[in-house]
Amino acid sequence: MGNFGQLMDGFAIALTTHHILIMVFGVLLGLVVGVLPGLGAPNGVSLLMPLTFTMEPISAIILLTSMYWGALFGGSTTSILFNIPGEPSSVATTFDGHPMAKQGQAVRALTLAFASAGIGALIGVLVITLMSGWVANFALRFGSPEYFAVYFLAFASFIGMAGGSPFKTLVSIMLGLAAGTIGMDTISGEGRLTFGINELTAGISFLIVVIGLFGIGELLVTIDEGYKFEGVKAKLSLREIFRTLAEMPRYWVTILRSALIGCWMGITPGGPTAASFMSYALGRRFSKRGWNFGKGEPEGIISPETADHSAGSCALLPMLALGVPGSATAAVMMGGLMIWGLSPGPMLFTSQPDFVWGLIASMYAGNLIAVVLVLATVPLFAFILRAPFSVVGPLIAIICVIGAYTVANHVFDIWLALVFGLVGYVFKKLSYPLAPFVLAVVLGDKAEDAFRQSMLSSGGTLRVFFETPLVATMMTIGIFLLLLPLITRVFGAVFNSGTKRGVA
Amino acid sequence: MKKTASYLGLAAAIAVTASVSAPDAARAEWKPDRPVEIVVSAGPGGGTDIFARVVQAALTKNALLTTPILVLNKGGGSGSEAFNYAKDNPDSPYKIYFGTQDAYVLPLGTKVNYSFNDLTPVASMVFDVFILWSNPKASGLNTAQEFIAKAKANPGKVRVAGAKAKDADETVVTLIERATGTDLAYIPYKSGSEAAIQVAGGHIEANTNNPSESLEQWKAGNQKPLCVFTSARLTDKTVVADGMSWADIPTCVEAGIDVKDFLQPRTVWMGAKVPPEALAYYTDLMKKVTETPEFKSYVERNVQINKMLVGQDFKTFLDQQIKTYAEIYKANGWLVATGQ
Repeated sequence: MGNFGQLMDGFAIALTTHHILIMVFGVLLGLVVGVLPGLGAPNGVSLLMPLTFTMEPISAIILLTSMYWGALFGGSTTSILFNIPGEPSSVATTFDGHPMAKQGQAVRALTLAFASAGIGALIGVLVITLMSGWVANFALRFGSPEYFAVYFLAFASFIGMAGGSPFKTLVSIMLGLAAGTIGMDTISGEGRLTFGINELTAGISFLIVVIGLFGIGELLVTIDEGYKFEGVKAKLSLREIFRTLAEMPRYWVTILRSALIGCWMGITPGGPTAASFMSYALGRRFSKRGWNFGKGEPEGIISPETADHSAGSCALLPMLALGVPGSATAAVMMGGLMIWGLSPGPMLFTSQPDFVWGLIASMYAGNLIAVVLVLATVPLFAFILRAPFSVVGPLIAIICVIGAYTVANHVFDIWLALVFGLVGYVFKKLSYPLAPFVLAVVLGDKAEDAFRQSMLSSGGTLRVFFETPLVATMMTIGIFLLLLPLITRVFGAVFNSGTKRGVA
Repeated sequence: MKKTASYLGLAAAIAVTASVSAPDAARAEWKPDRPVEIVVSAGPGGGTDIFARVVQAALTKNALLTTPILVLNKGGGSGSEAFNYAKDNPDSPYKIYFGTQDAYVLPLGTKVNYSFNDLTPVASMVFDVFILWSNPKASGLNTAQEFIAKAKANPGKVRVAGAKAKDADETVVTLIERATGTDLAYIPYKSGSEAAIQVAGGHIEANTNNPSESLEQWKAGNQKPLCVFTSARLTDKTVVADGMSWADIPTCVEAGIDVKDFLQPRTVWMGAKVPPEALAYYTDLMKKVTETPEFKSYVERNVQINKMLVGQDFKTFLDQQIKTYAEIYKANGWLVATGQ
């Protein structure tokens, strides 16, 4: 209950006119940044950083986090409308969001995404509020083997749950892992697969991969398939928004499951991107309408969005309590904390309670403001889809190229994005799944580091992955999820033959 | 807005007339008339990034630099991306580069596309110290002597975490090994704070770190400083935790590890062919930065050694450093053949 009292103090700090105005400004700015692929939240936050030097730390962090929430929402917008994820964590939203928008239900898709994102974020903040003391200690229990187990869990659930040919999924993952190896190797300090190209030493930015695979790839497929070069007749009534909001309670199971996955991945080092993928995969498996996933299924939007935002909120806690940022954006914000004269760490909660609880209170308020603001922009965004493809198409192409360049100001990246565009096109034509490729690019490098660090510190024995109850549990669940399709098939076969025998 | 615009115009006018009429006066009068780029040789959020942004904050808050400032993070290839950029813009007086010893150590151990001669040294603004930390609760190691004893009893088994491979942390670990005749298992992590958390969580025995990265864990009782890699003890006497202050930490030489000064300079550079008047201007500007309250509190917070090097002093220091590092790298077998 002590937490509750402190939270009320936090609200007293966060809910001043000054701070609410900052939140509105931050969210709007974040929306703009999130909608432009390539600019992204980390770049946006670092652009804003100098502005915060003269502010109070609490006002500064409210501005930056509000912008972060805005950017997360903005990222989902482009995922749904153009199949270009503005943020890594909104890739999974494209799988069902974009098909639904193409069917003329852009308003519904956007509303579903924003509403579930808002609910996810609020559940995440609630978890932070209730368990702040416990979470920090729990996060300290994560050594390299535990890190690896978390990534393994994400991979396993995705492979085990993926539809389609397991062989194609495997190929896609392997190619993704290969792309993820490019760049400087943490363990040896050597460049890998860089071929002496300067721009490759930093590795391939995830954003370039996504802009290419999804943005340009989708464009090529659309042209190839002789897509009707006219706009989608989207219904644009405000009533549509409220009707969609009214159907939300129906999905409470999905929302709860996704929020749980999100909070778990946010507190552990998995992060929002892994959370959204894992939630999507598990959603397809456990939903009654799993067969419809990938074709514009509402639950296919709700699962990743809820998990993404609950993970995003929960991930702020380890950052404040341990000083280990869970994402690129968090890293920039942490740098900010230090410049403002605060050091993140276990003592921050006792030495700066006003700051910490003011921030947590602002997360409630900021997310509510963000949901209301983005819902108000839905008709505007959906309207864009009404424009004929001959207008939108070139616009997307330009946005993709500018986006690719903005990531690191390299012309080379534009070529790279075009190459990935071709890869995306070929994948789609041969019906290889893109999602495992993307997941492998995001997590492959981290999983590899964690694995090699575990091996280095254990002297090369695999037993480390089963030594403590925590890591053993995660690995066992992972292996179970990985083998689930096999198990169900074997069980099915045994069961079927059993009944046959019984009949005979 | 208007004010800045007219001021910019004025500055440009001064610069132009000065350079046309009196070259001697220009040396004193040179001022940037365009936005200045602060190029950071690291990604956002790390120690180098914070260093550069503190300088940026000091410049803007005290109106030391009135043209706009852009911060560019070019952290690719361990920071070589930033210095390649310096090589591509050798004469630009509007770009200053921020880094560490990496600026001159990188070309020794890694195949990079720039050489030390592509940079003009401006200043070393402050030195970060390195400390050897343990987790007394998990490993039972309370002193450097206990650490060495354990390492001798378990060759290759005592683990030390640090940031990145073949960088400052791994270098200092190889120095410890050589000085004490031990064999340690070095485990690289992405950043110093990640390494510190591994020790705080009791997964790894020890780590080397800049003080600020483990400070909060020390206060929380999850980490303890064993010794500091400086020739004299630190001066800060304010008590941090367990009745201990920074000044109470023994130097590593006192504790029986014969590794003297291992320091990380926070360095500022420009392109190879910058005009001397611009170099003089920025050298002066950096001196002013070290006197601002923002920079002073940064130095204090990070328990750094407040010693600035410019001009010839800095060059002598660099020559010395490159020689030392070349020897260490040769001994570690990390030297890269430079006959390309």
